[in-house]
Amino acid sequence: MADINYDDLGLKVGLECHQQLDTKEKLFCSCKPELSREKPRFFFLRRLRPTQSEMGQVDPAAYFEFQKGVKILYEADPETSCLVEMDEEPPHELNREALEIALTVALMMNAKPVDEVHVMRKVVIDGSNTTGFQRTCVIALNGEIQVDRKKIPIEHISLEEDAARKTGGEGLIVRYRIDRLCIPLIEVTTGPVIHSPEEAEKVALAIGRILRATGRVKRGIGTIRQDLNISIREGALIEVKGVQELELISKVVELEVKRQLALLKIRDELKRRGVTEEQIKDKIKDVTSVFKGTKCRILRRAIEKGRSIMAIRLPGFSGLLGTELIPGVRLGTEMADRARFWGRVGGILHSDEFQSYGISMDEVEELRRILNAGDEDAIVIVADEKENCIDALRAVAERAKEAIRGVPEETRAANPDGTTRYMRPRPGAARMYPETDVPPIPISNEYLERLRMNLPEMPERKVERLIREYGINEKLARQLQDSEYGDLFEMIVKETGVPSTFVAATLTETLKSLKREGFGIERLSREQIIEAFRLVGSGRTSKEALPEIFKWLSSHEGADPEEAVKTLGLAMLSKHELQRIIQELIDQNRRLISERGERAFGPLMGMIMKKYRGRVDARMVSALIKEEISRYRGGAN
Amino acid sequence: MDEKLPGYRGEALRILKEAYVEVGDLIRIEKAGVTYEGILMPRSELGDERHITIKIRSGYNIGVRITSDMRVEKKASIAKPSFIPPPPPKQKPGMPRVTIISTGGTIASRVDYRTGAVRPAISASDLYSIVPELSDIAAIDTEVLFSMFSEDLTPKHWSQIAMKVAEHIKRGAQGVVITHGTDTMGYTAAALSFAIQKLPVPVVLVGAQRSEDRPSSDAAENLIGAVLCAARAPFAEVVVAMHQTISDEAIAIHRGTKVRKLHTSRRDAFKSVNSSLLARVYNGEIIMLTDEYNGRRDDAEFILKPDFEEKVALIKFYPGMNPDIIDWHVQNGYKGIILEGTGLGHVGRRCFPSIRKAIESGVIVAMTSQCIWGRVNMNVYTNGRDLLSLGVIPLGDMLAETALVKLMWILGQTDDPEEARSLLMRNIAHEFSSRSVEPIEPPESIKA
Ligand SMILES: [Zn+2]
Repeated sequence: MADINYDDLGLKVGLECHQQLDTKEKLFCSCKPELSREKPRFFFLRRLRPTQSEMGQVDPAAYFEFQKGVKILYEADPETSCLVEMDEEPPHELNREALEIALTVALMMNAKPVDEVHVMRKVVIDGSNTTGFQRTCVIALNGEIQVDRKKIPIEHISLEEDAARKTGGEGLIVRYRIDRLCIPLIEVTTGPVIHSPEEAEKVALAIGRILRATGRVKRGIGTIRQDLNISIREGALIEVKGVQELELISKVVELEVKRQLALLKIRDELKRRGVTEEQIKDKIKDVTSVFKGTKCRILRRAIEKGRSIMAIRLPGFSGLLGTELIPGVRLGTEMADRARFWGRVGGILHSDEFQSYGISMDEVEELRRILNAGDEDAIVIVADEKENCIDALRAVAERAKEAIRGVPEETRAANPDGTTRYMRPRPGAARMYPETDVPPIPISNEYLERLRMNLPEMPERKVERLIREYGINEKLARQLQDSEYGDLFEMIVKETGVPSTFVAATLTETLKSLKREGFGIERLSREQIIEAFRLVGSGRTSKEALPEIFKWLSSHEGADPEEAVKTLGLAMLSKHELQRIIQELIDQNRRLISERGERAFGPLMGMIMKKYRGRVDARMVSALIKEEISRYRGGAN
Repeated sequence: MDEKLPGYRGEALRILKEAYVEVGDLIRIEKAGVTYEGILMPRSELGDERHITIKIRSGYNIGVRITSDMRVEKKASIAKPSFIPPPPPKQKPGMPRVTIISTGGTIASRVDYRTGAVRPAISASDLYSIVPELSDIAAIDTEVLFSMFSEDLTPKHWSQIAMKVAEHIKRGAQGVVITHGTDTMGYTAAALSFAIQKLPVPVVLVGAQRSEDRPSSDAAENLIGAVLCAARAPFAEVVVAMHQTISDEAIAIHRGTKVRKLHTSRRDAFKSVNSSLLARVYNGEIIMLTDEYNGRRDDAEFILKPDFEEKVALIKFYPGMNPDIIDWHVQNGYKGIILEGTGLGHVGRRCFPSIRKAIESGVIVAMTSQCIWGRVNMNVYTNGRDLLSLGVIPLGDMLAETALVKLMWILGQTDDPEEARSLLMRNIAHEFSSRSVEPIEPPESIKA
């Protein structure tokens, strides 16, 4: 499908880039904005009750969850959270440091800061926020960045609190760890003006560069998350949440377009078959008795556990549920996602794949008889508690109706392979209301002027300057810009005197290839990296030793680089030591020297370097050998 | 304040009026070449006069600063932001009759733009329709008595609440729930404990520590627990129903005279002091935690004594306290003083002459402890013994706040100092307990 013409399809993509800010405190309290590495120390259980917004609406998905009795078990520890995150104390004032970073980004993106910031409550009732809402505020509007000479409008720049981390769940209990809750996030929202998968990735990269240019955003896995709003003509607006890897963006867009195209094809086929929404009834039948002696393992186990098996007929859907939309995702998969969400069932079985699950022809016949289903119809069955089965199959019927209409609007979550899965229906727009516990914050022109005078260097300028000032090539300068460690470059060069090209190559290529080889480079602290360069600069170890030091440090978390040098025997030999070694060597090779004279230098040099590479400076070795040879010969004469 | 432009004042109000716009309209604001479009929102009174609040298309509110070149124009009228409660569920037949009397507070509140904060606003019937589970517990009758912050309530309001409760019991309520702001709920609970005696049915005060507008509010769970007690509890006492822990699990039922708010913001702010809980509501069941309680009766007989004397003061002793404070109360006609002394019940000797004068002039002076936990014992140290000999009445393990309310109530019933002294020392509503025991009811903490 490399020949998809995205312009013809009317592809429109908008990005929402979320990035954690590197502040001293969280957004509405004084906790450290860090994730805990320890086990949780205490727990509390909550229910979230959907309430009306000031406009009077209720989120249907949220209300459904509540009615089912979903409870949330929060995991916490006193190091990373206080009563604010626990929703046991009102929020403190908005973190002014975070506000300043967001305003700085806004000005860098030529956005217009709002005159007065109003913190809002965005209702999120899945448990990821203890309050039942996320605190968020728009900081600036109508910005613009340049990507490949195209102007990309930035609609909003917002500041919001990060959500709690989901750590699991069983039955009606969902677990969340609240350490991440309330870490400041900046959200940059572009207009829906991106027209190809590659462009989406480029725009995300450009936004990321500006954010990093402030030097005040967090780095590393999980600190950045992209949401994508993707639509094509005749398709639907799909919100894909939580793409963590930049490299995945183009793939997600590509696959989403394919998915929508495939769904439109199914729509056309259903139309051709004359299937209408009215024909789809939620007539759900208990078919447990059909499977009394079944060879299907899944169903047999369900019956053993005393569960019900229930079925629904989807008229005219035969053959369509097994149609692959994108690799690994069929219409049946989409129905199963819905069934899981609304019915809390493990999955569904449908007639396009009955045989592969060991359901016999007789059983299928009996099913068709009970459901009054012809060959042109599809059948979906679910095995679970009766109530769950009914919820699940109702959701399946609803999804089937949507298939007749085309692509349903929904919020989907990104999988690591670039495919997506159903998350929840798209929430209505009116789920925001004011956070009255935090007073509005006026932004004065004087304050903005001050920020404007001190804006960080724009990424493109910085590349130019690095080339000019440090004499590194453009490729390295650009790599530095996108590297997690790029900001260390200037400081290391200035402070350690290690040659700039070597520093740049190490921070980018070397660390990247070590990571590729599987070393846990992300465990290295920035201080450790700087210290390792210091050891090179001061002659304690050699440039060649750095990769070994980094490898060792990656498996000795928090250790001192000096210790790596000692343990690995990578310390530079002192001139005195070297002299002794060379004298010994000459003693052992008297014959060589007597025979070859000055020409014995080459082999001797080779012997030393072979044994001590990485611990000696070649120039010093060369000088010392020459000196010793001539002294030896002088002495011998 | 302009009804169509709530919260707006000064220059902002003038500009909006001139543009003929009102809250809920879609408006366009132009200034210095920038255009803003959005729905005009009410302005929080905490906000200044220099900004207009609009809700932009994405749902965010922003403030737009007023400038001299600003132009405001109406684009369209849009539904006003107003709260429409869902219709109340049908009342099921054969359910116990429970009255919910609403007095205000966080359990019955919504976002209010007048102050930009949470304010009591909705009626008891709103609560009922928002918490439909209640229809499975009781047939509910609702009445709004006040819509007040609890810190604005006075003993006069306690009297009114007591009379209202009495009225509903006489009309056949099998339990009464009072929604109340949490700040002074403990005082009201004590007041009702004395004002209505020999109750035939439970009277349950309930509040919330998180406003009712938010999904995580404790209001609904507390209310469900309260209504359950009112409808089915075997006891007939004045109690407070609030979260026992920070989890949405158990609702603690505290005796009205032994309960105190002990945290500014936590859900489990209310604790029974010097007493075990009376009961706990867990998983829809009422679990009694003591055998000693006044049981529910079928008759509607009780004693109503709803009068309180407001000239009673609660004075907390602190190092260096000037005895003029005591003198001032006596000179200004106060009839009773509850001292919140240190430790076992002491005040500095410098206060002794003033206390002596107060008692000699007929003022009742009684001692509680600022330690909150434990009982006063004025026999241990000389200071205490001397206070006793001055005529200070030791109040055992009674809470200082309960002591204040009790003395107000006593002096509302009698002018006779001797009778007042004897009433003060008599255990009327479980306000004293004779034994101090190790509490064995740890709130079960949630395990992984
Ligand atoms: Zn905190």
